[in-house]
Amino acid sequence: MNSVSNAHLNVRIWRGSAADADGRFVDYAVPRQDSQTVLDVVTHVQRVLDPTLSYRYACRVGMCGSCAMSVNGRARWTCRTHVAKVLGADGVLEIAPLANLPVVKDLATDMRGFFDKWAQAQGHFQGAQSRHDDFARVQPETPQRKAADAGIECIGCAVCYASCDVVQWRPQFLGPAAMNRAWTLVNDVRDTAQLERLRAVAGDAGCHSCHTQGSCTEQCPKGLAPTLAIAGLKRTVARAAVKGKL
Amino acid sequence: MSARADVLAQARRWYWQRVSAMVLALCVLVHLVTMIVAARGGLSAAEIFSRTQGNWAFAAFYAVFVLACAVHVPIGLAAIAREWWQWGERFSLLLARGAGLLLLVLGLRAVWAVFAAGS
Repeated sequence: MNSVSNAHLNVRIWRGSAADADGRFVDYAVPRQDSQTVLDVVTHVQRVLDPTLSYRYACRVGMCGSCAMSVNGRARWTCRTHVAKVLGADGVLEIAPLANLPVVKDLATDMRGFFDKWAQAQGHFQGAQSRHDDFARVQPETPQRKAADAGIECIGCAVCYASCDVVQWRPQFLGPAAMNRAWTLVNDVRDTAQLERLRAVAGDAGCHSCHTQGSCTEQCPKGLAPTLAIAGLKRTVARAAVKGKL
Repeated sequence: MSARADVLAQARRWYWQRVSAMVLALCVLVHLVTMIVAARGGLSAAEIFSRTQGNWAFAAFYAVFVLACAVHVPIGLAAIAREWWQWGERFSLLLARGAGLLLLVLGLRAVWAVFAAGS
């Protein structure tokens, strides 16, 4: 824990905008504090050392999913990531924008592509009832409800998307979060757009390109398993294809 | 190819890769155990050939092995061409089909050679 005893942290932060071709890491010395999070470090740099630094955050308690960044090479939610846990032996904290997304400026990425893919994966609920109908009753013990529950807590932070090699190799790939969302809806017994959704998530841009490497599941800060969701989609799509329904 | 037919083809390819992987898992296991037993048992090449010649069970097993390879390998190869070499869909599939055909011909020829060795 040599970093804790040091008065300052060596922080390297990526600076540059989409229009700026000479993006680079800039070094800062940030005072070390107990229980300091990576977001605390970035906020200190912006408020005290360089007000031109751009980054994104909102809730600071791991609910909104807006503060994800690449910390020492790994995508993480910075508000819930303690510096002590990620600091390498060299005592340097390297903070960069999330991978696989275009950089707007410094640590802020353009999330449009990420969320557009949720829409492409038919990530919205399509029901048949109106407000005049009674509440649908879904038993908590059913396998579908349990499968939906397992993936429902996604906060849309894009940590999985930035950690996915297939997204890097195939820019059209929907990515783990969009397909995790689709899987929760595939298991929603009230939903009426099942076939459209299966068509949307099948094929090279969807579940069939996943290599099951599991980086998304390993990195998900909420402990979800998009790999499992994608495997479920593959099985469901295969069943539909065999029955000639796809 | 329409988007729907494309999706269906991709879903089928995934399905066949899955099924062939199950066949391969069994074949590789049997092949390795047989090889180790034969080598450790001190069988000479001539003794091995005398057991494989005219042995239809042997020929059928390895023909299935070759067939499973010819199905499984091209699908993975097409993915490698797309993702690592950034080839287009058409050329990736052409490469895959060529490789599949090559594996099938060479594999079955090898099975035939061992089945009909010396005859």
